[in-house]
Amino acid sequence: MLETIILLAKIWAVLLTLVSLAGLMTWVERKESAIMQDRLGANRADILGFRVIGLFQVMADGLKMFFKEDFVPPTGHRLLHTLGPILAFFPALVTFAVIPFGSTLYLGSLVIPLQIAQLNIGILYLLVFGSFSFYGVVLAGWSSNNKYSMLGGLRAAAQLISYEVCLGTSLVGILMIYGTLQLNVIVDHQNQLLFGFLPAWGIFLQPLGFLLFLPAAMAETKRVPFDLPEGESEIIGYYTEYSGLKFGLFYFAEFMEILVVSALIATLFFGGYHLPWLYEEGFHFPWGGAWDLPNVVVAMIRLATFFVKIAFFAWLQVLIRWTLPRFRYDQMMRLCWKGILPLAVLNILVTGLILLLVNR
Amino acid sequence: METAFFLLFSALTIFCALMVILQKNPLASVLFLVMTLFWLAALFVLLSAPFIAAIQVIIYAGAIMVLFLFVLMLLNLKAIEEGVKPALKVTGVAVALILLVVAAVVLRSVPIPANTGFSRSAAELGSVESIGQMLFSVYLLPFEIASFLLLAGIIGAIVLAKKDRKP
Repeated sequence: MLETIILLAKIWAVLLTLVSLAGLMTWVERKESAIMQDRLGANRADILGFRVIGLFQVMADGLKMFFKEDFVPPTGHRLLHTLGPILAFFPALVTFAVIPFGSTLYLGSLVIPLQIAQLNIGILYLLVFGSFSFYGVVLAGWSSNNKYSMLGGLRAAAQLISYEVCLGTSLVGILMIYGTLQLNVIVDHQNQLLFGFLPAWGIFLQPLGFLLFLPAAMAETKRVPFDLPEGESEIIGYYTEYSGLKFGLFYFAEFMEILVVSALIATLFFGGYHLPWLYEEGFHFPWGGAWDLPNVVVAMIRLATFFVKIAFFAWLQVLIRWTLPRFRYDQMMRLCWKGILPLAVLNILVTGLILLLVNR
Repeated sequence: METAFFLLFSALTIFCALMVILQKNPLASVLFLVMTLFWLAALFVLLSAPFIAAIQVIIYAGAIMVLFLFVLMLLNLKAIEEGVKPALKVTGVAVALILLVVAAVVLRSVPIPANTGFSRSAAELGSVESIGQMLFSVYLLPFEIASFLLLAGIIGAIVLAKKDRKP
């Protein structure tokens, strides 16, 4: 009974945090674009003269989408048209279930792992729901009964399928090194030290894996430079026929995906919630100092560390989005099939060889 | 609790499977097939085989059904009009019944061993680790042969796609 309550509380806390952070990301996106284009940006929405660095813009955006007319094209398919944004939003919501956001919390006799589901299949669970996001965009494109939407949906489908192959293969190296699919075990492995001082983060063990994972994961979010499915500014895409909150769901799903990708990058390549040299009982510095801390404080520090890492990688993605122009379609496909995929396979072979030599 | 979930998932699987053949719109059929596969995966999870469940969804819903959907959307098939030949209907029902009888007879005749020889629990057996160990020890040859078949399929697809192009 108590376990069920704790589990529900964890789910509630994670969903609430995720949705709020995604809302905040729309503000970060506006501010970052304004800074990069040398504008003030997002400073008009105010309540009684208070502007709070444009944060009210998030509320204004939400209200606008709520009150807009929800229009379904008369020749379109009503049910599938509604199902499209839901299917696009759903995978982003559920993938956070397997991501560990903190270490185990000991409260009296209670042992609370700060992760919703410790699944044996871990990363595969993420790929399962990654494959579902495909249906959202394709159904949205098809059910609008608009040729441009349809073409956008097909472009999205081709891109998502291609980059899912790259995403999967670029992760194999990490799985080989840590020898597990479970994300909490992968994170715990990364708290060991290399050469006595360097944390054993995925980026140090799999630098090529990280460089291949980042573009593949960014392509899955369908944002610039991989925004060919939509291309708001000139080529029309799969959610052209959407308005109101249905469009809002697509828009919001994009930001949720950014957060999921940042959480994955942090978990797989940057030690997850671990701060270097911080262990269960406190800090142990490589130069020989120690600083004992109670368990609750350590857990809080780790939670904060994870949030800082997510925030950094989310910001990095927004930075990349406003820096690069869009790829041409053939360049995008070439990057996947002739660039990332062969390198990922090479990465698997080299990793296997090194593991064989080291473990002999 | 587990029985309730089993009943729910089986009912959903059967319902979706029926809708696949009862729908007139081919696109709806495909979507119901995707849902059927998803609920089947849920049943695999209940049987403590999470790996098979995940692979089921990734391969079928994530790859094979995507192809179906692609073809249907590009062809833009209309819903089948009324007027399927009666002879075809009778043959279809007859074939389905024969298949049912054959499946029932085969399933009844295969003895289910009480002790499968595995000393480990079901949860351990369905884990990624034990499946990997079985694949690369006991079933290594079938595994390698299957991978050769897939490789041949991939090369075949590329050759077919490049048929018209002059070197």
